[in-house]
Amino acid sequence: MQDNRGTSARERQASALDELAHDTASRQRFLKVMGGAGAAGALGTLLAACGGTRSTQAGTTQATTSSPSARSDLKILQYALTLEHVEADFYSKVLGSGLFKGKALDLLKTINQHEHDHVQTVTATIKKLGGAPAAKPNTRFPLTDARTVLNLASVFENLGAAAYLGQAPKIKSPEVLAAALSIHTVEARHAAALNTMVHKPVTPEGAFAKPASMADVLPKVKPFIAGTTVPRGD
Amino acid sequence: MSEPELAAPELASVEVHGVTRGAFIVRGVLAASAVYGVGTVAPFVGEALARDGGADVDILNFALTLEYLEADFYQRASGLSGEAASLAKRFGDEEAQHADALRATIGKLGGTPVRKPTFSFPGGGQRAFLKLAQTLEDTGVGAYNGAAPKIRSKEVLAAAGGIVQVEGRHAAAIRLLNGAPPAPLAFDKALDRATVLGAVKPFIKS
Repeated sequence: MQDNRGTSARERQASALDELAHDTASRQRFLKVMGGAGAAGALGTLLAACGGTRSTQAGTTQATTSSPSARSDLKILQYALTLEHVEADFYSKVLGSGLFKGKALDLLKTINQHEHDHVQTVTATIKKLGGAPAAKPNTRFPLTDARTVLNLASVFENLGAAAYLGQAPKIKSPEVLAAALSIHTVEARHAAALNTMVHKPVTPEGAFAKPASMADVLPKVKPFIAGTTVPRGD
Repeated sequence: MSEPELAAPELASVEVHGVTRGAFIVRGVLAASAVYGVGTVAPFVGEALARDGGADVDILNFALTLEYLEADFYQRASGLSGEAASLAKRFGDEEAQHADALRATIGKLGGTPVRKPTFSFPGGGQRAFLKLAQTLEDTGVGAYNGAAPKIRSKEVLAAAGGIVQVEGRHAAAIRLLNGAPPAPLAFDKALDRATVLGAVKPFIKS
């Protein structure tokens, strides 16, 4: 039951990619999305970028949590944390870019605060369940002009909302579910506001929003995660 | 627009004729076990048998009342112009689709959908309309977020999630028209049933 923080932080990053790496159906969907023989290499790169392997992951989660339900919820939370880190980092960099002023800047500041709040809460929830929070990935974004940034923000928020919707029915703990749902509709609000700004429909999927699986979401986030990760600095 | 996709489409082929809801749920989880693996659903079988009281139907009927109210509210809109008019039309259609989907789901669970109440809303032009729209949409978000963790069936939860995300989007768009922050909080509040009923009661005539 030794907790070696130095290695465990990296090992646990594997959580977000666990499904993708070791669930055959997910992997097949991923390969279909990525297409062709290059896909396997891309998957390897993504996994390497986020660190860890199944065996170390299983070992660490078993060492820290007792029930299968908690382990399953932890996996989802680590995935959510990775997405929230990407979003929070994105807005931090956007605010630092000096590309915005006025109403757009106000909205981006608010969303930035929300995403950092989400990171904090998801991190705390992971710790409460006995897990070690996934490290913050290194990110890179094309912050070339305001239009590009707003379009990318809209993509992230719609993707984030779909990602939470995809996980909600899999969450075991009512408390974790309640927390995820309260974040889910905030991502939806962000998505609607940004869609409005870039002249996309508020409800692009009509009356019923569509969920997205980990295998759907991770390849879309991958281009914004740099090749190496850094341990979370406290 | 079609109904929300079932998380386990195989469930659609499970026929229900003259069986109790408990038996229906057991068949449902057995079908789901084919999708998720037996181990994942086994714990739900006992729970489904123990809770043959229609907890999900109850929640769905509560949601249906709110959707009826929202749909009616938008469909009565008149004298709106510009973005307000087009959003009211779009959102009214979407709320009506939510009501249809909830009615169908209640039927599938062996329940009886509640009657559509008669509503009355204050007049007062576009400004007053958008203000009330904001209240109703924010209340809808809180109502679903409050009820969802109590939902037993994963399929029902998935459907409710697909609806509440759209309610959140509506709320944000209406708020923008009102010059209000689209997402006032980092975490949307979950509202309990009494709070929601208190908020909508003034508009329910019978």
